[in-house]
Amino acid sequence: MDAQLLTYIFVGSSFAIYIGIAIWSRASSTNDFYIAGKGVHPIANGMATAADWMSAASFISMAGLIAFLGKDGSVYLMGWTGGYVLLALLLAPYLRKFGQYTVPDFIGTRYYSNLARLVAVLCLIFISFTYVAGQMRGVGIVFSRFLEVDINLGVIIGMCIVFFYAVLGGMKGITYTQVAQYCVLIFAYLVPAIFISILMTGNPIPQFGFGDTLVNTDTYLLDKLDKVTGELGFNAYTENTKTKIDIFCITAALMFGTAGLPHVIVRFFTVPKVSDARKSAGYALIFIAILYSTAPAVSAFARMNFIDSVQEVNYQEAPGWFKNWENIGLIAWKDKNDDGLIQYSAGNALNEVKPKFNNNKGSSGERALDNKPDMTNSNEVYIDRDIMVLANPEIAKLPPWVIALVAAGALAAALSTAAGLLLVISASVSHDLLKKTFMPSITDKQELFYARCSAVVAIFIAGLFGIYPPGFVAQVVAFAFGLAAATIFPALFMGIFYKRLNKEGAIAGMLAGLVVTSIYIINFKFINTNLNSSENWFFGISPEGFGFIGMIINFIVAFSVCYFFKKPPASINQMVDNLRNP
Amino acid sequence: MNKDYWRSNLKIVSILLCIWFLVSFGFGIIWSDFLDQFQIGGFKLGFWFAQQGSIYFFVLLIFIYIYLMNKLDKKYEDKSGKDN
Repeated sequence: MDAQLLTYIFVGSSFAIYIGIAIWSRASSTNDFYIAGKGVHPIANGMATAADWMSAASFISMAGLIAFLGKDGSVYLMGWTGGYVLLALLLAPYLRKFGQYTVPDFIGTRYYSNLARLVAVLCLIFISFTYVAGQMRGVGIVFSRFLEVDINLGVIIGMCIVFFYAVLGGMKGITYTQVAQYCVLIFAYLVPAIFISILMTGNPIPQFGFGDTLVNTDTYLLDKLDKVTGELGFNAYTENTKTKIDIFCITAALMFGTAGLPHVIVRFFTVPKVSDARKSAGYALIFIAILYSTAPAVSAFARMNFIDSVQEVNYQEAPGWFKNWENIGLIAWKDKNDDGLIQYSAGNALNEVKPKFNNNKGSSGERALDNKPDMTNSNEVYIDRDIMVLANPEIAKLPPWVIALVAAGALAAALSTAAGLLLVISASVSHDLLKKTFMPSITDKQELFYARCSAVVAIFIAGLFGIYPPGFVAQVVAFAFGLAAATIFPALFMGIFYKRLNKEGAIAGMLAGLVVTSIYIINFKFINTNLNSSENWFFGISPEGFGFIGMIINFIVAFSVCYFFKKPPASINQMVDNLRNP
Repeated sequence: MNKDYWRSNLKIVSILLCIWFLVSFGFGIIWSDFLDQFQIGGFKLGFWFAQQGSIYFFVLLIFIYIYLMNKLDKKYEDKSGKDN
């Protein structure tokens, strides 16, 4: 059977499973809808958290990013796993003890202020929509490449599936579908990684394989990769190119940001007991670590394979995947020296970086480009980093069913995260904005109705993001983590560990973190993009890492401001004491 | 509130976070280049900590935390003679 038919079968049956689970686990109360009736087993919750967390970015983009960044890519590996240690040790058990529905709920109650709650809701909605936009792009890419349907149709199908289980099932439906989605996505990630590891190093465990010698030689894979990348004018694969302070700050911003992401935190509200919250953070990290420790191996294999299979190859004999991705516009080739051979090396192949195709053919049959070649280097290949994981099985010539599996896995990753995010958005609208702020008199049933309505609206907006993708998705991801680190994490952390903090201090801190981080990121990413280089950065810290500085500012402002105002009331003291008790 | 319980909790958390800092920011970033002179298999040690080791330590740290906290919970449950 060919890859496309198999992909239809795999994707179709995985979707059928998700819908089946949604019907089986419908939500009947707000308690079910927001936190799955607090009845989720820690292992199931760990899987659901892992699926919730591992998005299209983790599944599709991360390994590709690391393949091109080499050691600098470690910021993502450490940043997106290390945050779970903070979450487990500093937040999850206490927030579970608090026993409410949403993250703004905690902030609003602990700081006895609806203003604090509103600031939290704003940050949460911004962070979550930023994220959703990225998921929908992932869904679009997978559909258009593997099922050859129109991107828009693909997004609409995705929306319908999410609609089904998020609106009907709420947190309960999402949790159990996410468990299924985790199984699909991890299987889909590991199978090609294991195959490729065996092909390249003879070692079936990718985590060890990428530190092993290449088949039939005494050369270590990483040494070979260092040598090859060096010869092509890139930096050696296992060496850093960014400065230490920048790597430090980016890693920290991603870690604290991870611990402050509302859709992750809310997962710990769903387990029956406080000790279960700790346990499920541990399981979640194991399930996440399985993918995250495989990813750098996939990156190294992919980089090696990519170079091997295109370097000095005649375009007319180039592998099929090269032309398939060229047709979608994510690979481009400009024959700078007119020799008909593909040459890949450091530097941009094209002026203006991104390819602009016209409808003509070049002399070797490649898609012709309107861009002028960048003649400052000899690189002829433009490649979008996002395609590495998806193209990897084809590059390594794996059987069609593996390719189909990867497509199903990528969709599972994108849909599970999208659903989790949509739920946090709808819960914060119906619970924090309506029930707790503007319409306190509504009944549980009405609140559930509003929760479903806001889920529908959120899905609709997410779908629009997928069909008309905003060009700034990659830029705003830094923003999402920066804001989570600079606003939500400190507010939660101090809420538990620092009793003296009153509402004035907390609000001032959140606003300071929000404003400083936003100005810095907007300045370099949207306004003065030409100044976005290390000599203009504050202490050489890139916008991606600035959330860490924003967090420190938040702490300093909160500490100083809170001493000018009176202590929090005794009831808050009691509440915090209660949180701290087992 | 039980002050001793909270103090023991803070002690556990701070020690574990020191290790957390050491294996990621320490071995994976600050002293990573220094550690790169040592080799385990095909990995330079600093590179290994940055892309593999730190992740394994994170998992380990959470499970040590779970174990220690369960023990602590049990100790104070027995003392106060009631469950929560």
